[in-house]
Amino acid sequence: METVNLQKLQDLLNSFANKDVYIHLETTNGAYASHFDEKVFNAGTFIRNVLIRYELGKVTPDVPHRVGLKLSNGGWVYAQGITHFELDDQNRLLMAGHGYDGKLAIALEISETPFAY
Amino acid sequence: MLQPERQILVVFPHPDDEAFGVSGTLAQYAKAGTPITYACLTLGEMGRNLGNPPFTTREELPLIRKKELQASCEAIGIKDLRMMGLRDKTVEFEDDEEMVAMMTNLIEELNPSLIITFYPNYAVHPDHEATARAVIRAVRRMPESDRPRLYCVAFANNTVAELGNPDIINDIHDVREEKMNSMRAHISQTGWMLQEEEKRKEEGATAENNWFTNEHFYSYRFDEDFEDSF
Ligand SMILES: [Zn+2]
Repeated sequence: METVNLQKLQDLLNSFANKDVYIHLETTNGAYASHFDEKVFNAGTFIRNVLIRYELGKVTPDVPHRVGLKLSNGGWVYAQGITHFELDDQNRLLMAGHGYDGKLAIALEISETPFAY
Repeated sequence: MLQPERQILVVFPHPDDEAFGVSGTLAQYAKAGTPITYACLTLGEMGRNLGNPPFTTREELPLIRKKELQASCEAIGIKDLRMMGLRDKTVEFEDDEEMVAMMTNLIEELNPSLIITFYPNYAVHPDHEATARAVIRAVRRMPESDRPRLYCVAFANNTVAELGNPDIINDIHDVREEKMNSMRAHISQTGWMLQEEEKRKEEGATAENNWFTNEHFYSYRFDEDFEDSF
């Protein structure tokens, strides 16, 4: 993965617009968060292989970046904290936010084919 | 070393669960020629240690962790590794009966004299809890006289306050190399921890880290069962 290059990522987001695409979206502070610190309120979310279609995808310039997808049916998908991206060898757009501690904080992935299991 | 066993079944949900708590004990049994089957339910697909800058992606991580798991089993001497195909962080959402059936099938096939898993309600991670519940339920359904021994790993913050001290304490000094190699095999997950250990030694710490001195377990207490029935 490389750190976000705005123009490159924007072009990639554009290339998936107006197509049926599968998404993976997760955000987490880790299953152990409240084991290590009882004051941490542990929340997270995970969706995978949900089919959507967006008409507009946008990455914001400030770091870490936000990525928003405006869906054709009036809905939204939104991710905050994106630092890295790549188009992998299966033509999937992988975006991730890697925290200062080296741990994944968020992932947003877009693919024309379903993600493996 | 603990008492001789005919066959050991280890059931954990994540690659690396075996490394921290039980790899020394398992290495001792492997050296003694005891057959060990490790049923690892997931490939730790949702692990968060991807580094920054990242050394891998969310989609590649399972392949890395699968290789690490195989290398760890080799370091320990586990010859029968079963990867059960569930997904990290989703184990508790599987059908509860199917989970019990998975464990019952393993037990019927292998006829273990000892099962090692987590202790329900003291295992912290939801996948650990779901795994432990399924194992305990499967064993509970067996006639008492047929039940294998059940050694459970417990590490919740309230463990000692509620369960007391572990009844099984195993000296693992003789297999610290094997344990180190098992932990090293999971380098994507343990790298930061092993680095800290190096630093500790460089800074002059002489006391051995307790990971490498002993491992401890709680025999499961069916007389204080975590649920009335299932
Ligand atoms: Zn685990």
